[in-house]
Amino acid sequence: MVCMELAGTPQEIVSARDLGVVACTRCTKAWPLGTQTCARCGHVLVSRDRLSLQRVWAYWLMGLVCYIPANVFPMLETKTLYQIDESTIIGGAVELAQHGNLGIAAIILLASVVIPLGKFWAVAFLAISVKQKDAASKHQRQFLYEIVEYIGRWSMIDIFVVAILSALVQLKTLASINPGPASIFFALSVIFTMLSAQAFDSRMIWDVQAKDGGPERNE
Amino acid sequence: MVMNAATASQTSLILDELIVCPQCDAAYKLKQPGHGERAICQRCHKVLIAPRQNAGLRIIAIALAVVFLIMGAALFPFLTIDAAGNKNAVSILDAALAFSGGPMILLSLATAALIVFIPLTRVLLTLYVLVPVVLDRPPARHAIKAFRISEAMRPWSMAEIFAIGCAVALVKVADLAHVGFGPAFWMFGILVALIIAQDSFMCKWSVWNSLEHPKKS
Ligand SMILES: [Zn+2]
Ligand SMILES: [Zn+2]
Repeated sequence: MVCMELAGTPQEIVSARDLGVVACTRCTKAWPLGTQTCARCGHVLVSRDRLSLQRVWAYWLMGLVCYIPANVFPMLETKTLYQIDESTIIGGAVELAQHGNLGIAAIILLASVVIPLGKFWAVAFLAISVKQKDAASKHQRQFLYEIVEYIGRWSMIDIFVVAILSALVQLKTLASINPGPASIFFALSVIFTMLSAQAFDSRMIWDVQAKDGGPERNE
Repeated sequence: MVMNAATASQTSLILDELIVCPQCDAAYKLKQPGHGERAICQRCHKVLIAPRQNAGLRIIAIALAVVFLIMGAALFPFLTIDAAGNKNAVSILDAALAFSGGPMILLSLATAALIVFIPLTRVLLTLYVLVPVVLDRPPARHAIKAFRISEAMRPWSMAEIFAIGCAVALVKVADLAHVGFGPAFWMFGILVALIIAQDSFMCKWSVWNSLEHPKKS
C-alpha cells in the first residue's frame, strides 16, 4: 500500500465542485461543471444530488414498514409428526439458543435484528446529519456510511437459511419445513434499505465541513 | 500516487489529469501508481486506483473457472438429507426456488437471481469486456454498457452470503436428520473464494481507462 503524497495539510484538499469540475461518480472522470452526462461511461453527472435525500427517506420508510410484519409473522413453519410449529425470526433464534447453539443464534440475531435496526438508525443519522454542521466528525460519518454500505447485504442470510431449510427438509410425513409469510417482508425490507443506502450521496458528508457557513451552491 | 490538487486549482486545469474521488468529491492530480501500489483518497480513504500485474489475465482465468463452477454448483446435488429412511437431495436452484405460492414466487426468483444468475451475468460481462482489452484489441461493441451493468450488479451478487446461510442451516437441521454434502457443495465453496479473489483483482479505474484509450492493435 502506498501512502498518499501530501502536497499540503489535509485541510487543503479541494472538492471537485470548488474547482468548477463535476466528476462522474461511476468512473471518476472529471468534466467541466454543467456537463450533463459523462462521455466516457454515460452516467448522468450531478455535482450534488439534491433529490438524493428524498430517495433515501422514501426507501428508508418502505424498508421500515416491511420490517414490522417481518418480525410479527412466522418466518418458518415446521411440521413434524405430532405438531405444527411456527417461529418468528426472534423466536427461532431463542429456540436455537435454548438448544445450546448460542453461536448460530447470535449470527441470526445479528444478521436479522441488530444489523437491520442499526442500519435504520445509521441511515437516518447520516441523512439528518448532512443538514447539520456539528452533528459528528466527518470521519465518523464516513466510517458509518462505509459500514452501512458493506454490511447491509448480510441481512439476507436469514432468507437464504429459510430457502435452504425449506428445500432440504421435505421428508414427507416425518418432517417438513416451509417458509412463512415473514420471509417476503424481510427480503423486501433488506432490499429497500440497500436501495436507501445506495441513494445517499456520500459527497454531502464532506460539504458541511468544507463549506462552513458558506452559501450552498446548487448544481 | 496521487497528488493533492490544491495547487493545481489556480493554474490551467486539464481535466484529463484530474481524478475525483466518487465517494467524497476530493480532486487530485492524476499520477498513475505502479503495479501493486494503490492510490488512496486522502480524505475518505477510498481506493481509487489499484493496478495489479497481469490483473486482466488473472481475472479472465478466474472468470472462466467461475462460469463452469456456477453452472455445476447450480445443477448438481448440493445437500442431501437422510432421516429414518426418508431421503431428499437438493440443488442450489431447488433451494432458491423453495418459496412457492402466490407472491412467494417473486421471492424465489429474487433468491435465484441473487445467488446464481447475477453472479453468472457479472462474470460473463466481465469476460466480454476484458478479453479484447487483454488481447490489445479494440473494445467489444457496447463494452462500456456491459461494464456499467456489471458494476451496478456488484452489491446484488450474494453468493458469499448464501455460503454463510448454508452453515447456519446445517446447524439448524443437524439434530433433526443426517445431512450429507453433494459435489455442488464443494464447487460452491471454491466458487465463493474465486469470486472474492476476482473482485480484489479488479481495478475499476484501469478498466475504464483502457476502454477509453484502447491500445492500437
Ligand atoms: Zn463516467
Ligand atoms: Zn474520497
